[in-house]
Amino acid sequence: MNQESFDFGEYVDRMAELIDLPIDSEYRPGVVDNITRIAAIAQLVNEFPLPDNIEAAPVFEP
Amino acid sequence: MTFNWRQADAVGIATAVYQGEITASAIARDCLAQIDTRNPSLNCFTAVTADTAIAKAERVDQAISRGEFPGVLAGVPFAVKNLFDVAGLTTLAGSKINAENPPANHDATAVTRLKQAGAVLVGALNMDEYAYGFVTVNSHYGATPNPHDPTRVSGGSSGGSAASVATGLVPLTLGSDTNGSIRVPAALCGIFGLKPTYGRLSRAGAILFSSSLDHIGPFARSIRDIATAFDILQGSDERDPVCTQRPPEPCLPQLEKGIEGLRIAVAGEYFTQGATPEALDAVAKVAQALNVTATVRIPEAHRARAAAYMITATEGANLHFANLRSRPQDFDPATRDRFLAGALIPASWYIQAQRFRQWYRQRVQELFQTVDIILAPTTPCVAPRIDQDTMVIGGEEILVRPNLGLFTQPLSFIGLPVLSVPVKSSNSLPLGVQIIAAPDHEAMILRVAAVLEGKEL
Repeated sequence: MNQESFDFGEYVDRMAELIDLPIDSEYRPGVVDNITRIAAIAQLVNEFPLPDNIEAAPVFEP
Repeated sequence: MTFNWRQADAVGIATAVYQGEITASAIARDCLAQIDTRNPSLNCFTAVTADTAIAKAERVDQAISRGEFPGVLAGVPFAVKNLFDVAGLTTLAGSKINAENPPANHDATAVTRLKQAGAVLVGALNMDEYAYGFVTVNSHYGATPNPHDPTRVSGGSSGGSAASVATGLVPLTLGSDTNGSIRVPAALCGIFGLKPTYGRLSRAGAILFSSSLDHIGPFARSIRDIATAFDILQGSDERDPVCTQRPPEPCLPQLEKGIEGLRIAVAGEYFTQGATPEALDAVAKVAQALNVTATVRIPEAHRARAAAYMITATEGANLHFANLRSRPQDFDPATRDRFLAGALIPASWYIQAQRFRQWYRQRVQELFQTVDIILAPTTPCVAPRIDQDTMVIGGEEILVRPNLGLFTQPLSFIGLPVLSVPVKSSNSLPLGVQIIAAPDHEAMILRVAAVLEGKEL
C-alpha cells in the first residue's frame, strides 16, 4: 500500500458499509484521520518478517 | 483524634486500628467528610458509598471489640476506578452509555478480597471513557486535575485512582492498565502504581477494554502498602479465564531482602528517545541511587508499541461495536473516532500484531537471562496542561496524549510486571521511573523499590 496515494476516505466508506457500521458525516474526518494513523502504525508491524512457526496465543501466558 | 490517619499509609492505619489508637468508624466518617469537602474541586470520585462504608467500619470495630483479628487492612479506606463492579452501584467505566445499566449484583473479585482483609470501600473513581486515554479528561464526568497543579492532567486512564491517593483522600486505590493506565497517572501524580504480570491478578468483575492486554493493580504511597495489597489480591479465580493458577507468593515478607546480587540495567535506545531531559534525569537519579551503570537494549520496542496499539484499537472497537453502530453520539468525543476507526482494521493486521507479540516475548525472555531488573522512564514528560495538545521534544512537535504511553506500552504488551516509582523533578512536578522484571517477579521489583524508598529521590 502506498500511504500517500491510498484513498483512506474511500476505504472508510466501503469498509463501514461492508460491516454495517454507519459513520455520521460529522465523525467521518476524525475516523479517516485515525485509520490513516493506524495504517502507518500497522506498517511497522506488517513489514517485520516473522518465522512461520510463530503463532498467536489464544490465551496469553507471559 | 490523636492518630492522624491522613498522614499514614494503609499498613500504618490498619495497625493503629487494630491496636485501638483509633476506630475504623472514626476514620470512615472523617474520610467521607473529607471527600465531601474536597472532591468538588479534586473531581476524583464519581460515586461515594457512605452508608456501606460506615456499616463496614462498624463491623471492623465490633470484630476488634470481640477480640477477633480484623484483617491486615482493618479500617483502611479504599476506592476503585469506576470500571470495577461494586454491588449496588452501576459500573460506569467512565461512560454515559453504561450509566443506563442496572447496579452490579456482586463486587469485583479484587474489591471482595480487599474488603475481606478489613478495608473499607468509600467509592468509585473517575477515568477516561472505557479506559481509552492517558489523561482522565472525561466529557461526561469532567477532568480530574493534577494534585500538584490543577491546570495539568492527572494522567490516565486511572486518573481518579492516582489523584485520590496523591491528595490524601484515601491511602489505597485500584486501577487498570492496558497500555500504561496505572503507571502513567502514578508517575504524573507522584505515587507508586503497580502493574503486575498479565494474568497474575483476577480481572473478574472489571469491565475490560482490550482483554489481551488488560491488567489490574494497586496505587499507594508506600511500598509496604503496594506489597500488602498485591499479596491480598493474589490467587486464582475461575471467573477470569486468563487468571493464573500459580499459588500466591507473598511479597511483603521479602521486602527487606535487599538487592545484593541483582543484575540491574537501564533501558537504552528506544527508552531514551523522545523523552524530555528531566524524564531521563529521573532515571539517572534512580540508577545512581542503586549504583547501576549497565544499559540494556530491548529489541524492536517501537514495533511492540505499534502492535499494542493495533490490538487495543481492534479489541476495544469489537467490544463496543453494538453501541458504536446504534448510538455513536453517546460516546466521549475523545474516544469515539478512535473506536470507530478501530472497527475498520483488517483482520490480518490484528493477527500479525498478536504473532509479533509472541516473537517479541521470546526476545525479551532471552534478555532476562542476562539481567534481572530494567529501569526506564514512565512518561516522556511531566504532566501536560489539560488544554495542551502538542509538546516539543528534541526539536520535534508531537501529540501529547498518545505519547504519554511511549515507554509503558512496549512493556504491558507482553505482560511484564512493572512498578512506577515516584521521583521529584526540578520544577516540583513529579515523574516516575519504571522498575521492570521478568514475568511473576513482582517480589524482586518490590525489593528494589524498598531500597529506593529509603533514599531521597
